[in-house]
Amino acid sequence: MSNDQIENAVTVKNVYKNYGDVEALRDLSLEFPKGQLTSLLGPSGCGKTTLLKIIAGLLPATQGEVLVNGQPVNKPGPDRAFVFQDFALMPWASVIRNVAFGLELRGVNKSERESIATKYIKDVGLTGFEHSFPHELSGGMRQRVGLARALSVDSPVLLMDEPFSAVDEQTRRKFQEDLLNLVKNENKTFIFVTHSIEEAVYVSDQVALLLPRPSRVSEIIKPSSFKNKDINSIRKDSEYLDTVERIWKSLRSYVE
Amino acid sequence: MYLFGYRLPGMSSLILWGLLWEILGQMEVSFFLPPLTAIFSTLGEIYNSKAFIRALYETGYSFLAGVFFAVIIGIPTGILMGKNKLLDELLLPWVNTFMSAPLTALVPVLMVLFGFGLKSIIITTTLFAIWIIILNSRAGVMQINRSLVDMANSFGASPIDAFIKIYFWAALPEILGGVRIGFIRAVKGVIIAQLLISIVGFGALFELYSSRFLMTHFWAVIIVLFALAFTLSELLGVLARKVDYYASKRN
Repeated sequence: MSNDQIENAVTVKNVYKNYGDVEALRDLSLEFPKGQLTSLLGPSGCGKTTLLKIIAGLLPATQGEVLVNGQPVNKPGPDRAFVFQDFALMPWASVIRNVAFGLELRGVNKSERESIATKYIKDVGLTGFEHSFPHELSGGMRQRVGLARALSVDSPVLLMDEPFSAVDEQTRRKFQEDLLNLVKNENKTFIFVTHSIEEAVYVSDQVALLLPRPSRVSEIIKPSSFKNKDINSIRKDSEYLDTVERIWKSLRSYVE
Repeated sequence: MYLFGYRLPGMSSLILWGLLWEILGQMEVSFFLPPLTAIFSTLGEIYNSKAFIRALYETGYSFLAGVFFAVIIGIPTGILMGKNKLLDELLLPWVNTFMSAPLTALVPVLMVLFGFGLKSIIITTTLFAIWIIILNSRAGVMQINRSLVDMANSFGASPIDAFIKIYFWAALPEILGGVRIGFIRAVKGVIIAQLLISIVGFGALFELYSSRFLMTHFWAVIIVLFALAFTLSELLGVLARKVDYYASKRN
């Protein structure tokens, strides 16, 4: 059991979530291994964003508990950082202030937080845009700002809510490759919500397939053989293609 | 506006109306309508008279004090109403009532309560301006992008931090829009209060000039007031446009 707690960065135990009479999540349990990327994949309405927000502490669970590093949590904390689907950047603030905002809220002084922010702005490839404003950036660049902000607080767990769904397809592919490198290089646990089967299989160490009515984890898929291959050949790998096909077969009955 | 292919400077139509006024004035159509030139020459005579400067000072002082309180109380109240459902349900009926109520009718009551001096005028001015500022700040907060609030919470923002760093800025375009309308309403408030109380500021001047049928004086004061209100509104408009750039790009 203690071994299990070390292995899993986040554990969701028998979580229920009701909105009035509507059952969003029923008795959902799931484990997120440390240092890995787990995708929550499913059709819309399956509660994947709800689950992510409960893990983030932004929504209270009706019943059940969420453990982060073995500790139960019910509100946001420095052990988790969130990347938003719509970027959630402050339009009145420059890139550097946006990136440093998490640190600003934690009371880090200005020169220190700006030097940290500058480093992460460089890591996401936005050097030179420190003093630009969000509306001057493309969608892809804005999400890089959102990512830099989440990285700069150095949380061991990164929660990503469909982070690439609002950027164009080319940028999205680039982001997916960058994400694979990020998982490899940063010793962090990633929880990644997506509705794209290809994206989930491509970036994940573990795909949790969520099905609606009632919401539950129907299957956990761990793609293995193509993980260590060259980034460029993953999309041609036969296991990759088979996994995508298998997930589509499970999901297609839920698509009207 | 274009005339024969030439672009005319803004507000050049005013020249036309001014000319019409002058002609009607020279024709002596009505005793109430002296020629525009006569009004301006009277303005030249009275603008540095003691009574005029005193009126200007008293009006300016009550106006600024009135809008100061309207802004200082109105913006936080509006933001809190937008954030807090309970407070909103408690206060909204009152705000809406006062928003549409004929506040002029309240001035005599205020006079009884607070005397015939500047205090009543300041309170009247605040009452004219504050409701639209509250409503606009509230509307600004209610349309705030939900994920910005989630973002602040996810990084552990305290309620004070969220209030100052997120809610206020996110609602700023609407707040400034409300302040602008509030200022215009405050001009009405300060003049109406002075007219009703009629022993201070421009109210006293109006009373003096109209009771003695000094029509050019009367119009001169009115033109000054209109010009002040217009300038103020334009200045706030410029300020509001400066933050508009992100109002349209918030989501």
